[in-house]
Amino acid sequence: MSDVVVSTQGLTRRFGENIAVDNLDLEIRMGQIYGFLGPNGCGKTTTMRMLTGLLTPSSGSISVLGQSMPEAAEPLKNEIGYMTQIFSYYRDLTVMENLRFAAEIYGIPPKAAATRIDELLQTYDLTTNVNQLSGSMSGGQRQKLALAATVMHRPKLLFLDEPTSAVDPETRRTFWEQLFDLVDQGATMIVSTHFMDEAERCHRLAILQHGVKKADGSPRQLMDDLQADVIEVEGPDLRTVKHELDGKPKILSTAQVGSRLRVLVDKSESQPVDMVRHQLDAFPDLSLTPQRPNLEDVFVSATRGPET
Amino acid sequence: MISPRRVAAVLKKELLQLRRDKMTFAMVIMIPLIQLLLFGYAINTNLRHVPVALVDQSRTELSRTLGQLVQATQVVTVVEELTTPQEAERAITESRVRAALIIPPDVADRLARSPSVGLGLPDATNQTSSRPVAHWIVDGSDTMVASAIKSLRTMPLTELLKLPPNRQVPTFEVTLYFNPEQRSAVNIVPGLVGVILTMTMILFTSAAIVRERERGNMEMLINTPIKSIELMVGKIIPYIFLGLIQVAIILGLGHVLFDVPINGGLGTLLVVTLLFIIASLSLGLVISTLAQNQLQSMQMTIFILLPSILMSGFMFPFDGMPQPVQIIAQVLPATHFMDMIRGVVLRDASLYELRWEILWMIGFAALGLLAATLRFKKRLG
Repeated sequence: MSDVVVSTQGLTRRFGENIAVDNLDLEIRMGQIYGFLGPNGCGKTTTMRMLTGLLTPSSGSISVLGQSMPEAAEPLKNEIGYMTQIFSYYRDLTVMENLRFAAEIYGIPPKAAATRIDELLQTYDLTTNVNQLSGSMSGGQRQKLALAATVMHRPKLLFLDEPTSAVDPETRRTFWEQLFDLVDQGATMIVSTHFMDEAERCHRLAILQHGVKKADGSPRQLMDDLQADVIEVEGPDLRTVKHELDGKPKILSTAQVGSRLRVLVDKSESQPVDMVRHQLDAFPDLSLTPQRPNLEDVFVSATRGPET
Repeated sequence: MISPRRVAAVLKKELLQLRRDKMTFAMVIMIPLIQLLLFGYAINTNLRHVPVALVDQSRTELSRTLGQLVQATQVVTVVEELTTPQEAERAITESRVRAALIIPPDVADRLARSPSVGLGLPDATNQTSSRPVAHWIVDGSDTMVASAIKSLRTMPLTELLKLPPNRQVPTFEVTLYFNPEQRSAVNIVPGLVGVILTMTMILFTSAAIVRERERGNMEMLINTPIKSIELMVGKIIPYIFLGLIQVAIILGLGHVLFDVPINGGLGTLLVVTLLFIIASLSLGLVISTLAQNQLQSMQMTIFILLPSILMSGFMFPFDGMPQPVQIIAQVLPATHFMDMIRGVVLRDASLYELRWEILWMIGFAALGLLAATLRFKKRLG
């Protein structure tokens, strides 16, 4: 028995003419937080829905926890937790009522449920909100409640669909700490996101664009393997500089970050700094410095065109 | 198969939500209360006091007495006195009156020859002897008004001539069972149970499920081990009780305020209404699997509700409808329920006497529940 929790071969889903997920091969190992990184409409949610058995693939095969999907969808509901993008528990019920509902739906006996709910209230810092209507809580608190309810039955595999889109950075930090705690307790997670900082926390990442997997690996590995050098340009008139560089050969992309311009140069260029300086002869006041690639550079380079 | 714990979880959740939704809860009580009061007083199929005009071209004591005699029937009330038939026509067109009685100048002559007076003149040999005494012109667009006026055609005129009434022996003796005083409320109030239950039960269930979809709760539910049937049953049960509360309000108040008898046994009544409530709820569930949002579920409910009011026999006698319409009307649970509830409440019908209706209702509910469960997929595609 291998430690592969989820694997897919040639997973494809069409909606009419539109191909939402195209020939996707995945292998997700136990104890990993596996991220799907991509813009809206790149096929993240569709992939998750196929992995949880909500959608039937047009072609390809899925194995989840050693069973084939979507055939095993119902028996696997007890092993899987799914946290939806929008808060999907009841806004007109209190925290306690929602948690009790989750416990009863998962068939946890009353005594065990009471203990488990207490434990979750402590872990997710909801003890003071027990009798508050979840609709009247802040986005961050609601997110904690959703996570608490989702892990009620101690799922082995957890799907989180853009879990922190609607919360502040502070809440996002604590939220991720809690995810790592869950991994520590043996859970495996699949997280979809369009935030780089969130993606960077994953053990492993798949970058998706138009339903196609553009890159796959640990964030560090993806950054190290980047087929581009990063050069930061500092100085006046950055907008003009950007227009000057855009579309030039071997310039993969330019993006302004505050008072700097981040330029991606194809790896095949042996002297990237000199090359860029040469392009910018008309702007003598610029300083150019090579930089370590970050995940956004990886993302930009992976999704920029069909040649990568 | 079915987990009672999960059904109970849904039921409990539904009750908690209902308790917080004060508006819905108020409507559960107010709909039957207000509508009973309104309809109980308002709907009256025994037409009285139709506003009419009187065109007295004779202006004799006889014509005045004839006018009073017509008013004494209480079917009509003279609200205008006009001089020519043309004015009367205009008054009808302008909707000031619904009909006009034209008493011709030669009313005395006509009366003397009228066979209804029975003066024993020789049989008519020419036109003059067989003409009616006076003439009604009626706005015939409303058939109920028209037939009320038409009922005056054979009004006895014996009083005009101070002859003893009831000279004629009727062809038939008529004995009115179950509603001898011919009060409309006796028929309306039990029927109202059917109409209000159709409306609230179908709407509540269809909206309750569609709402879960609209608010995104469904996406969470389909990721849990809950089964469709558990969700359906858990959702239905609270509304069964609400339905029973409504029935109690309508029949209880109907008894107190409108003196509607409850002749049948309460047990029979409970069985009959429970069946109808469950049939309506299962219809609501079917709608909920078809509708994408609450507005659509509302439209579909009204699509069912209108024929349930107009074709079920609530307002118009079922027997008067053409056969194809009767067949369509019989698909509606309300049609069968009208028969059943009036049977129990007014005629003290037993369950055995209603067995076919009961069987039909059980079949409808089972089919609806089956269809809803099959249609409700825990899949998105």
